[in-house]
Amino acid sequence: MATLLELRQIDAFYGRIQALHGISLRVDKGEVVALIGSNGAGKTTTLRVISGLLRPAHGQVIYEGQDITRLSPDLIVGRRLIQSPEGRRIFARMTVLENLQLGAYTRTSLTEVAESLEEVFTLFPRLKERINQKGGTLSGGEQQMLAIGRALMSKPELLLLDEPSLGLSPLLVQTIFSIIRDINKRGVTILLIEQNARQALQIAHRGYVLETGNITMQDTAANLLASEEVRAAYLGGSVKAS
Amino acid sequence: MELFIQQVINGLSLGGIYALIALGYTMVYGIIELINFAHGDVYTLGSFFSIAIIGLLDASGRLHGVPLLLVLAVALAGSMILCGIVGVLLERLAYRRLRNAPRLAPLITAIGASFILENIMQLWRGPSPIPFPSVVPNVTWHFGGVNLSSNEVLVVVMALFLMAVLQIFIYNTRLGKAMRATAQDRDAAQLMGININMTIALTFFIGSALAGVGGFVSGIYYGSTWFYNGFEAGLKAFTAAVLGGIGNVAGAMLGGFVIGMVESLTAGFISDQWATVAVFLLLVLVLIFRPSGLLGEVLPDKV
Ligand SMILES: Nc1ncnc2c1ncn2[C@@H]1O[C@H](COP(=O)(O)OP(=O)(O)OP(=O)(O)O)[C@@H](O)[C@H]1O
Ligand SMILES: [Mg+2]
Repeated sequence: MATLLELRQIDAFYGRIQALHGISLRVDKGEVVALIGSNGAGKTTTLRVISGLLRPAHGQVIYEGQDITRLSPDLIVGRRLIQSPEGRRIFARMTVLENLQLGAYTRTSLTEVAESLEEVFTLFPRLKERINQKGGTLSGGEQQMLAIGRALMSKPELLLLDEPSLGLSPLLVQTIFSIIRDINKRGVTILLIEQNARQALQIAHRGYVLETGNITMQDTAANLLASEEVRAAYLGGSVKAS
Repeated sequence: MELFIQQVINGLSLGGIYALIALGYTMVYGIIELINFAHGDVYTLGSFFSIAIIGLLDASGRLHGVPLLLVLAVALAGSMILCGIVGVLLERLAYRRLRNAPRLAPLITAIGASFILENIMQLWRGPSPIPFPSVVPNVTWHFGGVNLSSNEVLVVVMALFLMAVLQIFIYNTRLGKAMRATAQDRDAAQLMGININMTIALTFFIGSALAGVGGFVSGIYYGSTWFYNGFEAGLKAFTAAVLGGIGNVAGAMLGGFVIGMVESLTAGFISDQWATVAVFLLLVLVLIFRPSGLLGEVLPDKV
């Protein structure tokens, strides 16, 4: 498979605090890759580096064979490398429709944007019912749907998802995961960050484990699910039948 | 009753000028949470630029050949563009580097920028009042004891028209949406593919260009200006922006007209000296009883 995204030896800092210590990882076209790790491990920081929101002190981000380390975030979005950030970051004072339109900000063809809007509404009928409601008045689950829908409006090649299931009811978590799988089946490559490591690894092809800014394990999702260390640290002990 | 109507008319024209200036304060605050203290001076620059442009056209002997309306249009457009450029330069040179600095740093920088602009204007045209070329015939209509002048109509119509255009721009265009998105969440806006540096520069351009319009119409309305003119006008316009709910465009318009009205009614019914006091008294009252302003939403703790 062709490599879509590659991080090489990334060091990243917040002031003098080093959050990432020379991490390297790879995402191939068509994959779902899970990045798991406990709170403060550096998962969000990794995505901020990829999207250009945080300049790494050292290392490179290679996307579609090109070095994008120094590109500004808007130009990275222009290459259809899209992030749905932690905490959803819905534009609270804008309507559902305006939020979705902003997702399509870099696209030029109005007919294609209209098509994407229909696709998003097919995926999340709830959003269509709330089309003129302000983003800030949606429920948590609806906001998460809007965040994913907004990211899809940009017609992503690679979609970075930062904890899409955070704070959702178990039923909604199932829905979100099956939608992520669905999005991947339609040809979108996905880098998925999750606290919910079991679910993430169940839909992922491969996974990386991040601990205090270092990649400590990398393997196929199946192997990680079976690994004693991963089970002990991230899956709450023994594997339940599912 | 006649006095009341007369003062309402005065208040509306004053308010139109304050509103035009207040829009720049509120837009800039909305997008980068900065009180741009130099904004009042950009407004004064608008008068200076207008005077210079009309003077230039006049000196070259063309004023009498060129239709008056065209001269005014050139002066207005020139003032808007030049003020817009000054605003963009301020942002680029003074404020951009401080975007993530503690809030006090850009605030002090803005006060410094204000001094610099005032001193440049003083060096340019001296410390005394400068007459605005009286090229515009001021027609006055009398309705009983009430006078209405064409200049007053000009100020109010211009202010209302531009506010309507601005509202349409902000709510219905792609760039307007980008501005609102950047104001609400800068990182999220970048993740939508919005170039926030360009968007913030555009905000400064539009806000400053509107101050340029304010400088142009106030020059016509008052008939003169001086380098320090923007200090008090700027303070009142800022009050208007806070009164309406800082960051809120419709609020700035409303606030501008309310301030103009309070000022002129106080001047008419109490005394001139109390007009400014009344304005700032109103500000204090609003800050006590409705800190988010008349139309403002309750924002998380800022400033
Ligand atoms: N803006 C910041 N300033 C200073 N330190 C930060 C900042 N953001 C994150 N950090 C630190 O960097 C480290 C990595 O944070 P990061 O947000 O990437 O973790 P995470 O893996 O996403 O955690 P979580 O699962 O809680 O979201 C943490 O120690 C955190 O405290
Ligand atoms: Mg995180």
